[in-house]
Amino acid sequence: MAISRSDVAKVASLARLELSNVELDTMTRDLQGIVGFISSLDELDTSGVEPLAHPLGTQNVFREDIPTDSLSLSEALQSAPRHDGKYFLVPAVLGETGSA
Amino acid sequence: MHPGDMSACEIAGAVARGDISAFECTQAALSRIDRLNGSINAFLHIDAEGAIASARSIDSRRARGESLGPLAGVPIAIKDVLCTRNVPTTCASKMLKDFRPPYDAFVVERLRTSDAVIVGKTNMDEFAMGGSNENSAFGPVRNPWDLSRAPGGSSGGSAACVAAGMSPIALGSDTGGSIRQPAGLCGITGLKPTYGRVSRRGLIAFASSLDQVGPMARSAADCALVLETIAGHDPGDSTSLKADVPPYSRLLEESLAGVRIGRVAAHFTEGLNPEVARAVDEAFAVFRAAGATIHDIEMPHARWGVPTYYLVAPCEASSNLARYDGVHFGHRTDTAQILASHAADRTQKNNIDSDQADSTLVEMYRKSRAEGFGSEVKRRIMLGTYALSAGYYDAYYLKALKVRRLIRQDYLNAFEKVDLIGGPVSATAAFPLGEKTGDPLSMYLVDLYTVTANLAGVGGISFPCGLSASGLPLGFQLQSPALAEPLLLRAADRFQRITDWHQRRPHLEGTLQQP
Amino acid sequence: MMMAAASQPTTSATTDVLSYTIVIGLEVHVQLLTRTKLFCGCSTAFGAAPNTQTCPVCLGLPGSLPVMNHEAFILAVRAAKALSCRIAEFTKWDRKHYFYPDLPKGYQISQFDLPFSSDGKLLVCDSKGRFAPRTVGIVRVHLEEDAGKSIHDESTGCADSRIDLNRTGVPLMEIVTQPDLRSPQEARAWLNELKLLLVYLKVSDCNMQEGSLRVDANINLHIPLPDGRIAKTPIVEIKNVNSFRSVERALLYEASRQWDEFNHTHAEIGSSPKQTRGWDDPAGVTRAQRHKEESSDYRYFPEPDLVPVTVSETELSLMTSAQGETPALLRSRLESQWSISAYDADVLVNQGIAFVGYFERLATILSDGKSASNWMQQDVMRMLNENTVAIESFPVRAEGLAALIAQVSSGAFDTSRARDIFSEMVKTGRSAAEVAASMGIADVGDDELMSLCRELVACNPKIVADVKGGKEQAAAGLLGQAKKKNPNVNPGKVRQLCLELIRAM
Repeated sequence: MAISRSDVAKVASLARLELSNVELDTMTRDLQGIVGFISSLDELDTSGVEPLAHPLGTQNVFREDIPTDSLSLSEALQSAPRHDGKYFLVPAVLGETGSA
Repeated sequence: MHPGDMSACEIAGAVARGDISAFECTQAALSRIDRLNGSINAFLHIDAEGAIASARSIDSRRARGESLGPLAGVPIAIKDVLCTRNVPTTCASKMLKDFRPPYDAFVVERLRTSDAVIVGKTNMDEFAMGGSNENSAFGPVRNPWDLSRAPGGSSGGSAACVAAGMSPIALGSDTGGSIRQPAGLCGITGLKPTYGRVSRRGLIAFASSLDQVGPMARSAADCALVLETIAGHDPGDSTSLKADVPPYSRLLEESLAGVRIGRVAAHFTEGLNPEVARAVDEAFAVFRAAGATIHDIEMPHARWGVPTYYLVAPCEASSNLARYDGVHFGHRTDTAQILASHAADRTQKNNIDSDQADSTLVEMYRKSRAEGFGSEVKRRIMLGTYALSAGYYDAYYLKALKVRRLIRQDYLNAFEKVDLIGGPVSATAAFPLGEKTGDPLSMYLVDLYTVTANLAGVGGISFPCGLSASGLPLGFQLQSPALAEPLLLRAADRFQRITDWHQRRPHLEGTLQQP
Repeated sequence: MMMAAASQPTTSATTDVLSYTIVIGLEVHVQLLTRTKLFCGCSTAFGAAPNTQTCPVCLGLPGSLPVMNHEAFILAVRAAKALSCRIAEFTKWDRKHYFYPDLPKGYQISQFDLPFSSDGKLLVCDSKGRFAPRTVGIVRVHLEEDAGKSIHDESTGCADSRIDLNRTGVPLMEIVTQPDLRSPQEARAWLNELKLLLVYLKVSDCNMQEGSLRVDANINLHIPLPDGRIAKTPIVEIKNVNSFRSVERALLYEASRQWDEFNHTHAEIGSSPKQTRGWDDPAGVTRAQRHKEESSDYRYFPEPDLVPVTVSETELSLMTSAQGETPALLRSRLESQWSISAYDADVLVNQGIAFVGYFERLATILSDGKSASNWMQQDVMRMLNENTVAIESFPVRAEGLAALIAQVSSGAFDTSRARDIFSEMVKTGRSAAEVAASMGIADVGDDELMSLCRELVACNPKIVADVKGGKEQAAAGLLGQAKKKNPNVNPGKVRQLCLELIRAM
């Protein structure tokens, strides 16, 4: 599957990465090369093979519903680029909230 | 002996006996760091104050007769991918250049409890993505053996630090070879534990199903000492294994008689530098002489290791790095500029167009991330986002996970015939800075011998097995089944009792470019 | 209250449509009643000061890792089992990616292709018979983490939005129904039934005002055309409904809006992407929201930081064994065990477990379900409302009320006196006997009653004459006087005795 410049632009938008025109060209070239390289996987017949997402197959790891200390308000905000002492601040978000 | 040349085991013993103070050891490390870091750039942050304070505290506790931890007084450097409370943790990225985490990583907590003295944070490839430590936003690391060459990556800073004797031990992280390969190029010993052996809590994630923290030192014995301290179950990491931690440093004595070591003929292709190939085969001979038997084995799917890795890792990375959006931490672009340019547009309209207001936020994301991330990181985010996007998941990510299972099966099959797999860790010795930076693919191929261990979740260690004609270290790698670190360490340690490659040192005084 | 009148289906020369079917499916998000969040130990308590219930995990700080809350999983399994779902033997977690300031990791940990449960159902009946019983299929129930809150105050013209991340990581159960509902009224009733069930199971408190239950409704119309084909209008997802009543109002509005639109445009499903509309409660209308094109590419993939979960049969029965009766089972048991009507059982169950418990204790002591049910529905309910108290903290225990009711049955007090006593019992917490004594309410002795009645008869010749003339109901006029003379008299006894005296005259 060849990746086109407009594909790359769409991906950049999905990934929230601003790319200049020059960068878009370079990125397209780079990704074409890498995707071409990766496509060697198509040489392998993997029908009937189960995907391996977790290397060691652990299961059923839980914790008990017991409260632990939260960060203080100042600790929670300490790394924030902008805050008002109570909230994180971002440029205005209008319209509906996100998904859930 | 100068404390800067003592091993971690020696320092720990000497401090415990009172032969040397923690302060002396720490001071020696700090002064060497001070002298050498300018030309090597191994450290991004040196915590002289914190280190001296720790050292003094250890010395007074010892004076009072209180018991000390097993690494008391041993200076250790920590790859800047691990969170250290209120100490800069940057992942060598502009995105995190001012980030000070409000917590310690699990392994850092363990090190503090063990009374190791943390001297600073080491340079690395940005967000652990790279094989040469040239992707750092704060300048490349130079190989102490030849300052015009790369130390390998992504734990290049930790490798160079240990190779140059700045500290006897360091922590690195390994996702596709990032401990083992730089260890190989810098002539030191580096261990990637079995996946889940060491907690990833506080390890800034690159590829979650591949990442592991591991020790880097000048000997397997020192690695064993560190691993004992940092390994173990952590209920705060769901992928952490519950298995008990063996006393690795006390399990090094047993001989290698009867140990079966596999040799993969396919490793020895024309891409493998002949000097490396020869040094590797000489290492096999050493093991044979030590009582091990060498067996030909096959890893039929190994040649798809790099493409599989360069699909799985960027996919996970694109997800793990989605949180760097300038909202709650990390770099945020100058939004005043964006707002100003929108205001100019807006004066022509009556109301705030909600599309436009939202687009301020989107622009903030796009610019913050573009400014904060370097080009390799961007490439991998783009690749991962593409491969996970609608319509491509099956063809790319899912396919890669299936090949991953085949690669793991290769290991399971191999370990029915052998106890360890030996071979090269890198196709060449250290390469010149700038040689591979123009072609991402050529950089990816430096991981040829190392990625499959991460994909399969097994353990691996690399250590020096020779020097090239031009005096550059050559490395050997052993891989083991899951949780066979005792055997891995014991084999490497046995090699280091028989040979002295691990005791060679770079000629730093002669290669320094500053007084 | 402004609300567009529901258009009535009409026939017309151009469309010739006779009627339409409303098709509704619901997506419900329910916060689970755990003490801590889904992946970390931060508290889930409502109403805390902003950003005071966070930690590196729910803030998504670099290096943080999630660990699954076992209680959340158990509660979710209980709920799904009670909804007749199949519980998967193997389930896993997935990341759902989108960028938003209230989603700190840039992805939500959720479940995609292997949710922990699927294929369930929940029946809703209307005890007043306004609609036939409706079984609503449940496609899936899965577990996911909540996002934070972004607050934007447009009125202040403020250029910033404020983000509070207390809510990130709170455990949410997402319940997706089949489009089996056929009216807004059914939808509201079904939501009530769901809420009742989840509250009974102690899985959630389902409080829409506090955000522990959220509903999105999907609706379209199926319109039979004259040529025999069924036209389906484009599905609309309605968001921003804040109460079950709003759900009903919004669906009513939307159904008529779609009917009008279809008559204008004849647009059918598939002709445009699924639309999202927000409900504006004060205005009583739905409004189209901006279409976000790429927000639908969530790039799901398995969550590498969490391991899968397996549930065996044994584990499943352990998880669900302690869960107690569902409302549906409780209704039918109360009906048959206490010989009360379906309507009565419904009213009682709707009041919750504690109320039913009280009723059953009362009915047991009295050996009379009907009487107990009446007292609960009328007097206890009234007392609870008047005193704004919950049944759990009601000052009168079932035993105490039973003692009072027994007195009424034996004729010691009449009902209205009993109510006075009950009211006082609630205020003071004292027993019926103590209250009656302090109010001077006592059983009026036979002799005293006789002399009172004699007096009344003697003083009311006109009434006596009327009664003797055949108008027995005239005797009622004596009762008011009797009460004035002695408030403790039982009006029934007074009437009976006076009649006897008059007849003997």
